[in-house]
Amino acid sequence: MELINIEGTPKTPTVTMNPTSGAIEIKGRSIPENSIEFYKPIVDWLEEYNQGPAAKTVVNVQLEYFNTSSSKCILDVFKKLENLKKNQKEVVINWYYEEDDEDMLEAGEDYESIIKVPFKMIQIVD
Amino acid sequence: MSFFLNDCYDRMNKGEVIVAYKGAISADVISNTLSLIESKLEEASEQTGVKKKLYNVLVESLQNLFHHVDAINGEGESETNYGAFVLAKQDQIFRISTGNFIRTDKSKILQEKIDKINSLSKEELKDFYKFVLNNQSFSAKGGGGLGLIDIARKTGNKLDYKFYNYNTDFDFFNLNVFINEKE
Repeated sequence: MELINIEGTPKTPTVTMNPTSGAIEIKGRSIPENSIEFYKPIVDWLEEYNQGPAAKTVVNVQLEYFNTSSSKCILDVFKKLENLKKNQKEVVINWYYEEDDEDMLEAGEDYESIIKVPFKMIQIVD
Repeated sequence: MSFFLNDCYDRMNKGEVIVAYKGAISADVISNTLSLIESKLEEASEQTGVKKKLYNVLVESLQNLFHHVDAINGEGESETNYGAFVLAKQDQIFRISTGNFIRTDKSKILQEKIDKINSLSKEELKDFYKFVLNNQSFSAKGGGGLGLIDIARKTGNKLDYKFYNYNTDFDFFNLNVFINEKE
């Protein structure tokens, strides 16, 4: 499998996904008008990764902003990660939020309550 | 048409105006406005939490406008996605006002949706958001059907709206979103 390395833009996040180490990172902002287009290769990659994942997958999500168009795609990403856990693989999801950003903390809690994988909420202090 | 649009725009254009726009709504107009406002906000004296919330709600409001504007024929012109938006501040409250033409057959559904959102408590809004997030598929326009719910949740204020009838086929839909300057 290929290593994914997508550079961030003012509207889309930096995404790195390493199939060997199982390290996945989504960082920055996600506010494109059409997010399906952006997230499709990421969701497809995870689908393939599910066939032969690393023993442990560590996911860091550090978003500054995301729009509701992205929120469904991000849920699709988490659902793929939920599958890993269903297949007895270890999955760690770290959800980062800035200390004054209650909305981002709540967004993480929303996802955590939908998918059956515990999140680690990590506050970023300046 | 332009007289009608000007009249609607004048009603929106109140308070200490930060940004105001009237005309064709395109992806570029929305993107450029968002970067302009983001740089204006960097200089503003508000708490970072408030700025962040304001920007977030603004992204959602303007993208919602972009996704839902219905094209209308101007006088002797081709079909255009006419709309308007205003960001203003009054008495320590930011107001994001968006306006767009909408086919009259869609007005009632939209009105019912907003009334439903306005009737929900904070906890109920959270549950409704999660339900739509997890159960509804994307509309053809790529909107998730979550925009208004998200705006109501983040602002903690009721959505204010008006429909101005233009003709038998179109209404002008004006949405006002309020964000308190103090959290």
